[in-house]
Amino acid sequence: MTATASALRLPAIPLRTKILRLLLALAAAGVLAWAWQGSEMRPLDLLTYRQNMAAYLKGFLTPDFSEWRDYLHHTIVTIQIAIWGTLLAVLGAVPCGLLSSANVAPAWIHQPVRRLMDACRSINEMIFAMLFISAVGLGPFAGVLALFMHTLGTLAKLFSEAVEAIDPQPVEGIRATGASRLQEIAYGIIPQVVPLWISYSLYRFESNVRSASVVGMVGAGGIGMLLWDAIRSFNYGATAAMLIILIVVVSILDLGSATIRKRYI
Amino acid sequence: MKTAESITPAIEIHHISKSFGKRQALQRVSLRISPGEMVALIGPSGSGKSTLLRHIAGLVGGDRDSGTIRLFGKEVQRRGAVSRRIRTIRSEVGFIFQQFNLVGRLSLLTNVMTGTLSRVGTLRSLLGIFPREEKSRAMAALQCVGLAEYAAQRASTLSGGQQQRAAIARAMQQRARIILADEPIASLDPESARIVMELLQCMNRDEGVTVLVSLHQVQFALQYCPRSIAMKEGRVVFDGPSRELSPAALRQIYGLKNDGLDLDGTLPLNVRVCTPPAVAAGA
Repeated sequence: MTATASALRLPAIPLRTKILRLLLALAAAGVLAWAWQGSEMRPLDLLTYRQNMAAYLKGFLTPDFSEWRDYLHHTIVTIQIAIWGTLLAVLGAVPCGLLSSANVAPAWIHQPVRRLMDACRSINEMIFAMLFISAVGLGPFAGVLALFMHTLGTLAKLFSEAVEAIDPQPVEGIRATGASRLQEIAYGIIPQVVPLWISYSLYRFESNVRSASVVGMVGAGGIGMLLWDAIRSFNYGATAAMLIILIVVVSILDLGSATIRKRYI
Repeated sequence: MKTAESITPAIEIHHISKSFGKRQALQRVSLRISPGEMVALIGPSGSGKSTLLRHIAGLVGGDRDSGTIRLFGKEVQRRGAVSRRIRTIRSEVGFIFQQFNLVGRLSLLTNVMTGTLSRVGTLRSLLGIFPREEKSRAMAALQCVGLAEYAAQRASTLSGGQQQRAAIARAMQQRARIILADEPIASLDPESARIVMELLQCMNRDEGVTVLVSLHQVQFALQYCPRSIAMKEGRVVFDGPSRELSPAALRQIYGLKNDGLDLDGTLPLNVRVCTPPAVAAGA
């Protein structure tokens, strides 16, 4: 028994693999150094300017809640922007996600749709917000459209990844009954991906509440507008109050959606 | 008197070939099955049974120099091109898969209802609106396979044998005239296997459904199917009454050298069972 056990040797790591690993480590170190230079990292500044930092912090430590009704109202608008931005994106991502799945649409459809979704995803919400402000004017609706465009790109990709990972056997079971392509999708594919799709949509809703608080800074409605004003006028007390309200609301939403997501997975 | 040739065959296959890369999975296979027959398709794994069944349902097209497949005279494929009207033809063919291929998250009733999809308009089916009488028929089909009480349960919560019976109910709901069953009992326990075979036999005997079933347990072919077709390396090597499958014929089909053929169980496979070495105490 022991003879056979000692005869078993661990597989040797070939020299080629060892060299490759070393090269990979060197390359990673090179990239980090290069990025350090480009982003002008000066960690010592944190020490040098510690008195400035302390002054900022002091302002934040005395939050000014005198205008809390206004803050709360704009926080709720922020959530309303996120709700509609996400819902429109989900509705758009169902067809776009299916059309960018290699197991649903042929290459001449899924490749162009994927590139279009890449474009939506690679442009930040802030930029979309500025574009839509010039189209529909200042206000929350521009924010909704901005979130919709960016989230559409993200969700379509996530949705299509879920579709590409399905078990093809039930779909073939539906196909064998003489069902049409659309029926195959509705009865064979969608039931398999629905839990993941719900989970992704809720996750995107959470992050859209955060994004919605930023698009306001360029004038697309929500708490961002007030935040931007307060920061620019060095009113740290008001800024702190708004941030506290935002943190509380976002945490509550995160907890709620996490609970729902757990139940669906 | 009508000769067998004058009746339109339920399944008519003429010179079907299929190669996957260099491997020839089917080599000019031809065969004919009359309406109302129950035929077993036997042969070692990799002999082309599955591939042949998938070609008959038009799920795969043959090679370009391949011949034709017709079901009740309607062309499924010719020279490797699957017919454009394949959906109409498939609606009359119930396909039973080894892994059942039900949609796990849908209820058993909905799974059976998918058998009606080809008869319901696209919009209505996408909204899930099915005629009342179709729903009652689906319940009747579930009743027939003994699963009516589980109608509302998700398919994934049921055992393999139950899922396979639901798949048969789906074929009933389709009003299939032909059933193609690809190793329907290969992953079932003996009792479930018996029930599934009896359901297929029952549909064949009472409804006149033509059944072609691939099996790797020869004893089931002998027991349930009057006729057997044996395949080996992509060719039909035997086609005739199952009772003519002598041990010698089976040895030839399965390529077994010694007399180890066991007709009341699965075929013996020459796999040595490897026991893990005992851990030496105190080593």
